[in-house]
Amino acid sequence: MWLLLTPSLTLLAALLIVPISIMLAYSFYRYVDIGVEKPAFVLSNWWAFLKDPYYHYALWKTARVAFITTVICVLVGYIPAYVIATTKYPRRWVLMLLLLLPFWISFVIRTMSWIHVLGTHGAVNTLLMSLGLIDKPLELLYREAAVVMGLVHFLLPFTILNIFVSIESSDRTLVPVARTLGATPLQAFLEVTLPLSMPGVATGALLAFVLAAGSYVTPLILGGPDDFLFGNLIYGTVMTELNWPLGSVLAIALTLILGALIMVYNRFFGLERLTRGLA
Amino acid sequence: MSTSIGWRLLKAFTVLVYAFLFAPIVVVVVLAFNSANVGTFPISGVSLKWFAKLWENEAIVGAFLNSLLLGVLTAVIGTAVSMLAAIALVRYTVRGRKAIGTLIVAPLLVPETVLAVGLLLLLRILDLPRTFGLLLAGHVLITLPFSAMVIQAHLASLGRTWEEAAASLGASPFAVLREVTLPLSLPAIVAALLFAFTISFDNLTASLFWRPSGVETVPTQVFAMLRDSVSPEINALGTVMILITLSVSLLAGVLRKFASATGGGRGRRPDPPTP
Repeated sequence: MWLLLTPSLTLLAALLIVPISIMLAYSFYRYVDIGVEKPAFVLSNWWAFLKDPYYHYALWKTARVAFITTVICVLVGYIPAYVIATTKYPRRWVLMLLLLLPFWISFVIRTMSWIHVLGTHGAVNTLLMSLGLIDKPLELLYREAAVVMGLVHFLLPFTILNIFVSIESSDRTLVPVARTLGATPLQAFLEVTLPLSMPGVATGALLAFVLAAGSYVTPLILGGPDDFLFGNLIYGTVMTELNWPLGSVLAIALTLILGALIMVYNRFFGLERLTRGLA
Repeated sequence: MSTSIGWRLLKAFTVLVYAFLFAPIVVVVVLAFNSANVGTFPISGVSLKWFAKLWENEAIVGAFLNSLLLGVLTAVIGTAVSMLAAIALVRYTVRGRKAIGTLIVAPLLVPETVLAVGLLLLLRILDLPRTFGLLLAGHVLITLPFSAMVIQAHLASLGRTWEEAAASLGASPFAVLREVTLPLSLPAIVAALLFAFTISFDNLTASLFWRPSGVETVPTQVFAMLRDSVSPEINALGTVMILITLSVSLLAGVLRKFASATGGGRGRRPDPPTP
């Protein structure tokens, strides 16, 4: 039986546990020069991360972008989730299939497509110019809002799907019960449907936040030079500056922060729900 | 309630959300057929020339072959490893099963950039260069949770009646695996293969860290092309990629449905024998 588990456990040990342990050790190494470090136990890398306002800014920016993305995803995603879960439309499966479709379309292409929508010669500018509403193209791309737009586009299906599942699987007969007892439709929603769908909202929100905060490509494609998130900082520190100890600190910090969020979630809702939501 | 103005507004909003999700993708596909020499608006005519150009572009064809090889190898290795682990976790009482289960899905929960830096540090310690093998190992790590979950869910819903019947008729554990478990799990195995393939084929973030210099996959190639300008070829390439990932995923989805339908005791499978 352990023979069956050997390949997977070896793989995970070699590619996940050992590398993360090395990373932990590296975060205390002494950085000497570009691409050179000495085994040691120094706290200077951690101090650099904790003290330098540059990293505070990146952290704050990442948290802000991820938070705005999450709020938009939940607010915008709740309505379609509610409609699909409660509609009596006979071809509801088409709506559900369409919701899965974005997962099956290449992520790079989905992100890139926003260049065609928001760019100087994009759909929005072309339309507004031909209508004579503007004289010169608006600068919609390569700014934080475009990054948020791309992330929302990527993450919205995750939130809709999770909220949909929690509304769908809750006891729908409770709504007519509340209505017979004199609740208005709005009251019935606020006091029955909404609370019952909270696990789905939490799962969708956590997924959106974690994936947005860990994103690396979206800011590069849709953001301006100033729109780097924490993932970009890690790439730059490791791949460009070759400062491996500091890069390790940044990577561990990101894992710890997002890991703490996942732990809090795990306490309330259980991790199984989250992994199901991702698959 | 379903006729009230409020409900109609909600429905209209839902339609808008769907439009938001799909309009940008439609734009890419439409522009792929644009005959103009720039990759953006306005549209000047319908043409297939950008698709033809793709085949002449050696960098793109090379990236395509790399992605294909990487995706197939990742899927085969990852699914084989997942299958073995799933049998152990679902069929036997393993000590620390919950911990192992969490460990297998852990690569999902750790940000990709962190996984990427981790593997690069491992190479640094071992003083090895970045190779195709690293890219492959990394992709297996990333896809493992997905294939493991698909197969575990299937094995759990399949139940062990069939395996017990075979064993009681004198089949060795290996014969049970070969003659009973594997054939009955075939839909889930194929679904896991396709699932892993699309995830590998579509991966960009980790591939940017891990690829050996000079090696491009389709996503990294698209990414590199985007840095210059939006050429019309990208739209054609994007359309081809959409077609590939979409058809493979649809196939996997159908198989997964089929797998859960037969696994749940419905479908064409005869009733399990009574022990």
